[in-house]
Amino acid sequence: MLWLLERWGDVLSAIGEQFGIQMLQYGFMHRAILVGILIAVMAPLIGTFLVHRQLALIGDALAHTAFAGVAVGLFVNATLGTGISPYLTAVVVAMIAAFAIEVISEVTDAYNDVSMAIVLSTGFALGTVLISLNAGGLAVGINQYLFGNLATVTSQNAIILVGLFVVVAAVVGITYKQLLYVTFDETAARVAGLNVRWYNRLMSVLTAMVVVGAMQIMGVILVAAMLVVPVAGAAQLARSFREALLASVILAELAVLVGITLSFHYETTAGGTIVLVAVGIYVAAVLLGKLQSRRATERTAAAVQDDEPMSLTDD
Amino acid sequence: MPLVAVENLTFGYTAHPVLTDVSLTVDSGEYVGMIGPNGSGKSTLLQLILGLHTPDEGTVRLFGQPAREFVDRERVGYVAQDVTENTKEMPITVEEVVLMGRFPRAGFGRITDTDRDQARKALETVGIDDLADRRITTLSGGQRQRAYIARVLAGEADLLVLDEPTVGVDAESVAAFFDLLGELNEAGLTVLLVEHDIGAVLEYTDRVLCLNRTIYFDGPPAEFADSDVLERAYGASIHRGSEVTLS
Repeated sequence: MLWLLERWGDVLSAIGEQFGIQMLQYGFMHRAILVGILIAVMAPLIGTFLVHRQLALIGDALAHTAFAGVAVGLFVNATLGTGISPYLTAVVVAMIAAFAIEVISEVTDAYNDVSMAIVLSTGFALGTVLISLNAGGLAVGINQYLFGNLATVTSQNAIILVGLFVVVAAVVGITYKQLLYVTFDETAARVAGLNVRWYNRLMSVLTAMVVVGAMQIMGVILVAAMLVVPVAGAAQLARSFREALLASVILAELAVLVGITLSFHYETTAGGTIVLVAVGIYVAAVLLGKLQSRRATERTAAAVQDDEPMSLTDD
Repeated sequence: MPLVAVENLTFGYTAHPVLTDVSLTVDSGEYVGMIGPNGSGKSTLLQLILGLHTPDEGTVRLFGQPAREFVDRERVGYVAQDVTENTKEMPITVEEVVLMGRFPRAGFGRITDTDRDQARKALETVGIDDLADRRITTLSGGQRQRAYIARVLAGEADLLVLDEPTVGVDAESVAAFFDLLGELNEAGLTVLLVEHDIGAVLEYTDRVLCLNRTIYFDGPPAEFADSDVLERAYGASIHRGSEVTLS
């Protein structure tokens, strides 16, 4: 794995030298770009299924519980002197939260957004309490998780993310049809013999994994944007679901690469910059979509007008 | 063997039962219309038949197997009220929706050319093959319901179950929709339909089931029209309502 990572660095360095791109000469930028590219595939891949089930909020809820997970990891490390990666505790806590959302909505019959709001607040509250318990060392460390930082992506982080990417891509690849059916028409999916509850949980777990994966460069507060904004933009342009998936990945890649470049040059926070670029792309997509549909209606209108004299003479 | 066999079924979401002592069978090739006032348990009964709930008492069998454990899922097709109401912005084409009918057969495997051919044929059968590449949300209510029928046909189902399929479909398209169901039934498809429009059920189906927590009537439409079932099942106040038209 490490060897592959080094080769990736070599390739980017070579490109950087060839075209005189200063940004590509730093090792931390190689890792940041790799991680960014992977997130920009994973997040919209999962986000497309979430958004079209009206579960856009789930990314937000899990991001805040992942924040609690980071706090748990740092807290345990500080008090027990262990060296557990905060990302590991974040993944675990976010997955527990994902199940909690499902269970709360099943047990209480509350709407999903109510259970998401409860889990979101609990996660954030737990995170801040743990930080305040051990304010000295923690407050400094927590900033990078909250706001994201390109320079903090270590080789270990990058390798974990490659692993996550492989898992997420493989699971979506294998269960694409089932996820699509459940997303589009839950009752018909049940009649077709799919275990809808199981697929809902699978989706939650995948979301938790993507959220934690994206956390290191986006920061927890902005992770949800990556799940939702490119997807919303793609929905304006695409006709089929496959097109929508592809378009959302392309828009996300654009946002991440442009965002990282801008944030490097202007020394702005990576997460915020990427999200602002993504929102800009979204606005452009909406305008383009409106233009497209207007043209389509004009074309049909014109076609009808062309047809009418013909059919009249036929009659 | 009947396709659907319900025996002494009692079911409630809470302690208070929605359905009490319901028994009925549907044989292969039948065209059955189920009517009943709002809250009479029509949709619940359909869901029990489809194996989506566990009966409190009695049994429900699909193709001879207990409905809850029924595994030959490709043999049953389901069309509900327009589902795109809830998924308005979802980008998905008519063809992609119809292909879903093949999913129970494909399992975790790839969608093959055979699957695509079946979807194509199904679209031709319901007469909307020219709309295959359109986004499903751009279709009219009637066209959309045809797409859902095509999804069932693509799965080569033997039993088609519909829950108020004509809600939100304009009057002209409703007649064409029932004509299509009639043709499919002629061709061998068993149809079980819940419908609020009593007139349509009497006009188009071969057998009427009138439900209000239990079965009030089970027989041919002509007999139903001559009976006083409607008053007993619906109550006099609803009988005078505008949607109840017997002519």
